[in-house]
Amino acid sequence: MKTTLTAVLALLAAPALAEGELNIYNWGNYTSPEMIEKFEAETGISVTITDYDSNDTALAKIKAGGHGFDIVVPSGTYIPIFVGEGLLMESKPNEMENFKHVDPQWVDVSFDPGRNYTVPWQWGTVGVTVNTSVYEGDINTAAVIFDPPEELKGKINVVPEMSDVMGLAIKYVGGEQCTADKEVLKQVRDVLQAAKPHWLSMDYGNIEKYAKGDLSAGVNWNGASFRSRNQNPDIAFGYPQEGFPVWMDNAAILSDAKNVDEAKTFLNFIMAPENAAMLSSFARYANGIKGSEAFMPEDMKTAPEVVVPADLVGAAYVAETCPPEATKLFPASSTELLK
Amino acid sequence: MAELSITEAKRQTRNRWLLLAPALIILIFAASGPLLITLVYSFLSPGDFGGVVWEFSTDAWFNVVMERDIFDDTLGWSDAHLSIFWRSVKLSLLTTLCCLIVGFPTAYFIATRPKKQRDMWMLLIIIPFWTNLLIRTFAILELIRNEGVINSALIAMGVIDEPIQMLFTEFSIILGMVYVYLPLMVLPIYASMERLDFSLVEAAYDLYATRLKVLRRVILPLVKPGVIAGSILVFVPSLGAYVTPRVMGGGNQLMIGNLIELQFGQGRNWPLGAALSITLLAIVMVALMAYVRAAGEEEVRHG
Amino acid sequence: MDKAFDVRKQTGFTTIAMACFAMLYMPIILLVIYSFNAGTSIAIWEGFSWRWYASAWDNEQVQEATIRSLIIAFWAALISTSVAVMAALATTRTRKFRGQTTVFAMINQPLMVPEIVTAVALLIFFAMIKVATGYTGLLYLIIAHSAFCIPFAYLPIRARLQGMDLSLEQAAADLYATPFQIFRRITLPQLWPGILAGAMLAFVISLDDVVITEFVKSAGQDTLPTYMLGQLRRVVTPEINAISTALLGISITMVVAFTLLSKIKT
Repeated sequence: MKTTLTAVLALLAAPALAEGELNIYNWGNYTSPEMIEKFEAETGISVTITDYDSNDTALAKIKAGGHGFDIVVPSGTYIPIFVGEGLLMESKPNEMENFKHVDPQWVDVSFDPGRNYTVPWQWGTVGVTVNTSVYEGDINTAAVIFDPPEELKGKINVVPEMSDVMGLAIKYVGGEQCTADKEVLKQVRDVLQAAKPHWLSMDYGNIEKYAKGDLSAGVNWNGASFRSRNQNPDIAFGYPQEGFPVWMDNAAILSDAKNVDEAKTFLNFIMAPENAAMLSSFARYANGIKGSEAFMPEDMKTAPEVVVPADLVGAAYVAETCPPEATKLFPASSTELLK
Repeated sequence: MAELSITEAKRQTRNRWLLLAPALIILIFAASGPLLITLVYSFLSPGDFGGVVWEFSTDAWFNVVMERDIFDDTLGWSDAHLSIFWRSVKLSLLTTLCCLIVGFPTAYFIATRPKKQRDMWMLLIIIPFWTNLLIRTFAILELIRNEGVINSALIAMGVIDEPIQMLFTEFSIILGMVYVYLPLMVLPIYASMERLDFSLVEAAYDLYATRLKVLRRVILPLVKPGVIAGSILVFVPSLGAYVTPRVMGGGNQLMIGNLIELQFGQGRNWPLGAALSITLLAIVMVALMAYVRAAGEEEVRHG
Repeated sequence: MDKAFDVRKQTGFTTIAMACFAMLYMPIILLVIYSFNAGTSIAIWEGFSWRWYASAWDNEQVQEATIRSLIIAFWAALISTSVAVMAALATTRTRKFRGQTTVFAMINQPLMVPEIVTAVALLIFFAMIKVATGYTGLLYLIIAHSAFCIPFAYLPIRARLQGMDLSLEQAAADLYATPFQIFRRITLPQLWPGILAGAMLAFVISLDDVVITEFVKSAGQDTLPTYMLGQLRRVVTPEINAISTALLGISITMVVAFTLLSKIKT
């Protein structure tokens, strides 16, 4: 009842609030509720989280203006675009108290050297999730999605994040990431068109579906796959040997944020090892804060979703921001695939 | 009644517009005005990552039905858009047909109940209609999803071992839409049937007509206005459906409404989204005008 | 004498009608039943329990969304009904006036225009204003809801007005009553069932809206339907059933009340 009363008062007396507010715009099912509760309890700031299902959706909504968000968590490949459009505030996380905990290898990243805008959220890989009780062949290949075996046809999902899907497809046909080579892109288009009839859906939020058997395979992120495996041990994560991207998502303050102080408090908060560990143990991805392993669950240290097998490490590539000529195909491709 | 003087008439007109002003202001601000702005936006250029650039361009309208192939620069019909339009029309027509097949007998049934009962039956039809669209869509979802009621029951009974994939198909979209719009078909048909004079029907039987003939030659023509109204009331909203295809379709079976939304998200093409909206509006207006014409003709014929 | 020949009977129609009613109600009934499921499945019954109602009640996001929905619906109903009463008085029981068709078209626009089109139009328009003024509060949603509730409030009021007898008002006018007095003492007492019916209809319509709200809302402004839409794409627990059943209860109560109100004679 107390929370109801607070909620009523909060809504009716919004401008006169003594406590602060923070509006976070993040990928769905990606923020640890326990960590948010801890943040709210420690700081008295009340937090709202709104979901998005792809970088493009987030970019479009922020660019449109009038969104009311304070923090957004895009992938590193999109950060230069956000910065270039003037959408991010130069909040100088490198001057915050907890910055010393950021793992040195993640400080001078190509998309934000020295970390003037962003704080590491979590990082991971893109691969394929397969229900091994349905299909027992080699899962370390994107052929599972783009040229599926009989057992998997009609039960495949592909996440709507175009940069990841196109990335895998380009590598599958042998191209280089961010290529604007028309021949390669034509091949990619043909591969995707041929594979699409075998896909069941192009949706986000599939952890339950893999576990329950609604889906047998799909393009997925390693942490999400890990969570599915925790519900159903048959679910395995495969690293496409043709090439798979490594990405990092980063939290940043928006340039037109209303609750700037609260946002800075939050950025500082997630750089603390215990808190970063809470994020990781919820979403099951590695984070960029050193010392957080001590607080994370044991199974994360050895899980196949987190530790890339030695023979597949060579296939990994760090996702880069592609120039406009390469990405201008994304909207058209997404319509083609979604139609 | 005495003739109104000029000043009296002027006063009445002024009062009328004063009374109408608040409603019109709200509507201009939050209904009609934005539509005009949408029309304007459809003639602008898309910004790089959403939004618009204030440069005149007819590209959006061009892209509604045609596209320039990105690889060989050839002009052609936009396969993606046209297939989405086709799917929308197809699914809406099928929905309307199904609603007709189920709704017509239902309306007839209610109209032939004793007068006192009819209100109760109508209430039973109206209640689902005022239920939240999401709740109704969700209710159907619970039934047909892989771990939903139907599949669980069939598996428990041993009829099948694997769940039948009913969700994320065009079937599920039609099912969802029929479930949502069925009351809209029943209501107008019932309104027509209530006024049906059964003595005409009786006369037909006296002339040795069969039941089928009576249905075809006597009843149907008399309730045609209701049937047309019901069909329009189902076809129009299902054409612009957004929630049902999104929840039932799995994200990759777009109808026009979803295609429009895409342009304001991943598609990053506001002008195209605006043009598509106006196109949908135009299709709907045409359907409505056809209805008004048909209803008007009925008036003339029946006097 | 033969068995009575029922002129009204048509083969199979009753069966189809019964099937129709069953089809309309079965999913909803199942939804309500499973809201009391003790287990976490939405299809496998594991016993009776209130747990989902309890968890929905404690869920902060649900609380906020519900309160927000109620606030918006209240204001939208208030504004749209007041405005609709005036509009109905101005346009009913009068001679044809210039601009009549346009006015009717504007008032009924929300009924004729597909919701997605309105939603997109409002998104574009309000985005411009939000950027220009920096205000991102609840007012946008309230105004948007008021606008599309206007025809729903207007039509019952207009219908009621048309059924009322003008002669009483004319008599009062002959006795030198001012228009305001006429309205207060004569028109209003007869009109109020229609006004109430219109207000309730507007309230329910606003409460139920999902498409327009989804497009117009800003950060953290979920209403109950948009919250549910978000949940539908993720883990579905019987908590949604519980929330749906509660909403169902409100809607059914309102509809029944509305029907009864429509029956009150002039």
